[in-house]
Amino acid sequence: MIGFDIFEPYQFEFFRNAVIVSVLAGAVCGLIGVYVVLRGMSYIGHGLSHAVFGGAAAASVMGINYFLGAGLWGIASGLLIGRVARRRIIGADAAIGVVTTASFAIGLVLFAVYGQAHKSLEASLFGSVLGVGRGDIIAVLVVGLVTLFAVVVQYRPLLFATFDPEVAHVTGVPVARMEALLMTLLSLTVLVTMRVIGVLLISALLVTPAITARMLTKSFGRMLWLSPLIGSATAFVGSNISYHTDWPTGATVILVGAVLFTVVFIASGAKGRRSVDGMDHHAEPSLRAA
Amino acid sequence: MTSLIDFVHVSCGYGGLPAIENVHISIAAGEFLGVVGPSGSGKTTLLRALLGTVKPLHGTVTRKEGVRLAYVPQVETVDWNFPVTVGEVVLMTRTKRPWPGAAKDEKTQVDALLERLGLEGLAKRHIRELSGGQQQRVFLARALMQRPDLLVLDEPTSGVDVRTRHEILHVLTDLNEEGIGIVLTTHDLNGLAAHLPRLVCFNRAVIADGPPLAVLRPSFLERTYGAPMEVLEHGGMPVVVDGNLGEFSRRLKAKSAS
Repeated sequence: MIGFDIFEPYQFEFFRNAVIVSVLAGAVCGLIGVYVVLRGMSYIGHGLSHAVFGGAAAASVMGINYFLGAGLWGIASGLLIGRVARRRIIGADAAIGVVTTASFAIGLVLFAVYGQAHKSLEASLFGSVLGVGRGDIIAVLVVGLVTLFAVVVQYRPLLFATFDPEVAHVTGVPVARMEALLMTLLSLTVLVTMRVIGVLLISALLVTPAITARMLTKSFGRMLWLSPLIGSATAFVGSNISYHTDWPTGATVILVGAVLFTVVFIASGAKGRRSVDGMDHHAEPSLRAA
Repeated sequence: MTSLIDFVHVSCGYGGLPAIENVHISIAAGEFLGVVGPSGSGKTTLLRALLGTVKPLHGTVTRKEGVRLAYVPQVETVDWNFPVTVGEVVLMTRTKRPWPGAAKDEKTQVDALLERLGLEGLAKRHIRELSGGQQQRVFLARALMQRPDLLVLDEPTSGVDVRTRHEILHVLTDLNEEGIGIVLTTHDLNGLAAHLPRLVCFNRAVIADGPPLAVLRPSFLERTYGAPMEVLEHGGMPVVVDGNLGEFSRRLKAKSAS
């Protein structure tokens, strides 16, 4: 039998940093992911990460601080996407596609021209935990705390605006401001976690823990703490597996999440079918089973 | 009587095109008013203008200062897959509290409200795990959490069975007797509209406004629905039946005889 020490990598500071940042990224993506999934914003999250990449590339080439350059770009595109998505004349998904892929294309061109000189761009694209420093950990931690604070303090307005925007508006909830708040938090989350997970995989970390949590509960409040828990647990397991297998960390984390999702999907499918039998006559079993 | 809402020559619509035109209505405190009209007649736009979510293109909608309005949407518009329990739905209107959990007084209120609407013990259930009447009452409970002066309901009895309809009417009458004003839209002329104290026939504009016996008349109904209708009287109540159906039944009878 080959000797295998699961604690071995923890002697390296880079690995400890990598695990900390991955777990934090999993938690913050899981938290904001609840809103992303319930508001049907998965595509916006996906697009946003591509848009932020353009900003990251521009910031890198111009020698501006990554968080500042990509952050301003990200927030601007986030708000722009939110606005475009409200317009009904153009299909929202098409408009988002145009805005974000154009931004991504700018990033790719800059990467092709200046890529060799800017290693951080490659990290943004595919994700890398090797270069994670104290600054990255603090950035994810700060965004995580800000998001947690906003979600706690604005819990009810955010829930109301997500579940039933029209009635929320009538009741005096500033629905547009809540949307802007979520878009800003989403942009910030994408910004600080992108270098860890990578542009191409970040949307999976936004969606997978949240839908897994959704299958495990029927309460919004419970989903809101379950999803970050799943996000950080999969990030923890994924980053450890990644060290021992030498697979890319972002991809491993996403794969662990996908496996967990599959298990829960199969298990809750069976449970769901059982619960249909006990339904009263008002519920449509065919819809329930779906 | 003090009026809560005044529509003065109001036109409203979307993208510059009016869906309702030159509407002139007053709603007094404690009234119980039904709005009837065909699909696409602008009933929902009328409610939206009343609630203030649609701004008038012309005219003014005046709400009495400090009036509390609460809206109960059509249950068909609710996302039944959303992970939310009965308790969470009822509490979500209390948006001022900057904390997810319920305060002690909120808990007491929610429990009292659920009990009075016959929903006790269901707070932890998912909204989908309820009967049609219970689902409607959950959204009524959410509206009542705001202690409204005027309750606005869009099609509260659409798609429900007779027993549930009676149940809903019963609750609404109780609330009205306590002084809460009620405005609702309905398709149900005989099952609901004919029993209300005041009725508005509506098709892009007010066609008739008054007690059911004065409003449910063939001429008004034809102008509202664009189809002939007859009105019978049964025990002092108007009963609306489709007009000109004789020809269909003659043809169908002839077919089955041949």
